[in-house]
Amino acid sequence: MSRTRWADHPLAQLTLVRFREFWREPEAIFWVFIFPVLLAAGLGLAFRNRPPDVLKIAAVTPELARSLRQEKLLDVEQLSAAAAEEALRTGKVALFAAPSPGGAVVYRYDDTNPEGRAARMLADQAVERAAGRADPVASSDRLMREPGSRYIDFLLPGLLGMNLMGSAIWGMGFAIVDARRKKLMKRLIATPMPRHYYLLSFVLARLLLLVVEVGVLLGFGAWVFQVPVRGSMLDLAVLCVLGSLAFSALGLLIASRAQTIEAASGLMNTVMMPMWIVSGVFFSAQRFPGALQPAIRALPLTAVIDALRAHMLQGASLAQVAPQLGVLGVWLLVSFTLALKLFRWR
Amino acid sequence: MSDAAPKAALCVCNLRKAYKDVVAVDGLELEVRWGECFGLLGPNGAGKTTTIEICEGLTAADSGDVEVLGMRWSADATELRQRLGIQLQETQLSEKLTVVETVRLFRSFFRRGPEADEVIALVQLGEKRKSRVGSLSGGQKQRLALACALVGDPEFLFLDEPTTGLDPQARRQLWDLIEQFKLAGRTILMTTHYMDEAERLCDRVAIMDHGKAIAAGTPRELIASIGAEHLVEFSAGGAARALDVSALRRIEGVREVRAENGNVRMQVTELHRAVPALLDELDRQGVPLTELRTHSASLEDVFVILTGRHLRDE
Repeated sequence: MSRTRWADHPLAQLTLVRFREFWREPEAIFWVFIFPVLLAAGLGLAFRNRPPDVLKIAAVTPELARSLRQEKLLDVEQLSAAAAEEALRTGKVALFAAPSPGGAVVYRYDDTNPEGRAARMLADQAVERAAGRADPVASSDRLMREPGSRYIDFLLPGLLGMNLMGSAIWGMGFAIVDARRKKLMKRLIATPMPRHYYLLSFVLARLLLLVVEVGVLLGFGAWVFQVPVRGSMLDLAVLCVLGSLAFSALGLLIASRAQTIEAASGLMNTVMMPMWIVSGVFFSAQRFPGALQPAIRALPLTAVIDALRAHMLQGASLAQVAPQLGVLGVWLLVSFTLALKLFRWR
Repeated sequence: MSDAAPKAALCVCNLRKAYKDVVAVDGLELEVRWGECFGLLGPNGAGKTTTIEICEGLTAADSGDVEVLGMRWSADATELRQRLGIQLQETQLSEKLTVVETVRLFRSFFRRGPEADEVIALVQLGEKRKSRVGSLSGGQKQRLALACALVGDPEFLFLDEPTTGLDPQARRQLWDLIEQFKLAGRTILMTTHYMDEAERLCDRVAIMDHGKAIAAGTPRELIASIGAEHLVEFSAGGAARALDVSALRRIEGVREVRAENGNVRMQVTELHRAVPALLDELDRQGVPLTELRTHSASLEDVFVILTGRHLRDE
């Protein structure tokens, strides 16, 4: 027998069991690794930033058409007056411009249609400039389309936080309640197994899976959507580990007494559902009334997501997210202490 | 460590345990000697499992004293856990692990003991070494549970209904394994409600009913204590006239007659004299015999005679 000694250590064996049980459960792999990526891909596509629309308009004379073509946001077609009238009526163009006596220009458009009004402004600007108008104030544009400020950039830290919570609470809760229900836990405490090793094996397995879990989601975000991670990797690791520990402690608390899977999953959903909604996974938590904000900020998921967003998008250091770290620390301590007090081995 | 080896492997003294609405163990006294296989018999609900789980240190007693291998759970739990092998009644081991993974997990908790593969070979699961626990049959699962109990090379083995729910072949396989362990001079405490199992495996038994031991001794002593070696049962349900039971009592060698709904049960010392006399008497009374059975008295009869109930009724 050339087995290594560490593999025969009870903690190593218990942690290996956690891994084996996880890998041999295809549903778990799907929910932990694949589902968040699918969600990020789907929402990233749906809310992708489109290039600004080019407005179709018509001009009745070549001169007008030439002036209007100076404006890049207008797609100008030269039509006869009758054809232009027809095109406007059927919605093919948002506006047409026709000359009127005395060098003036007439714009025909529907002022209840936003496209018509936008075309009116752009067209008039182009015509006036072509006629020699000088703008007294120089202006230039800086567009907000770089990575870090799009919806996908907002979404990804939210999904990461949601995933940290889900995998920790489900991973802890289901495994523990299942072992209790099958009397496996009672069988284990009938052996000389040190009891804290059993709980520690969950934490170890969780932290190792965390590397894969966070890596897959952030790697996907960086590769497909160029979502940035502006803070340091070490800080990110600290954030994810602290978050995962806090949620694991919460999972342990939820699973500390439940005797059936049904009771446990009811409890888990009751705990997680409100956080999915108010903690700013998919939209900013700021949208909820101000009176609720202190309560929302005290939730562990809000703390994780706020800290992750600040870290990834603004490059915040751990010191800058100290309040969130504090919230997570309190949740970790309180849940873990309570869970140890309440925990039942059978 | 000042004393010499304790006189008994297990001493249970005036043990009591009550749950909310029921007294499970009610002043139980037990002594299991070194190297014997001791059986706790009794119907479901007699308090067998509660008793064995208190002895295993899994349940706290309300009062009374339990000494295992000369130690007490309150003081020496860690040491005791190392030296006991335990099989619980209804543990479901993780279905997603293989046989060898399960045994290695349990092996890792013990200071000493055989290699995982040795134990797997011992319980004849060598061919199933790499199979998932979920794919094993009931008998194989029970043998795996036994392997997990044997993996720390225990001095004392606790088995709670080890063969309940198994088919006859799987039961015999498990009996062979338990006998091997006995032959190695180790001590066993087991519960069962199968009388044949107790008669085959146990050196001594205690019959439990309502949380008390109502009889204890070797199976042979207990059977002898009811004073009858044989039992004769017959059915005279089709008789036109009532059977005269008192005439049956007068037959030589008949110790007791009990008649219920036309079924008659007689305790008999000398079968070869009593049966011809019984047939003559029934003939004289004109009662047609529809069924006649005889068997040697068993622990089941001991239980029936002591309690008036069958073991599996409840």
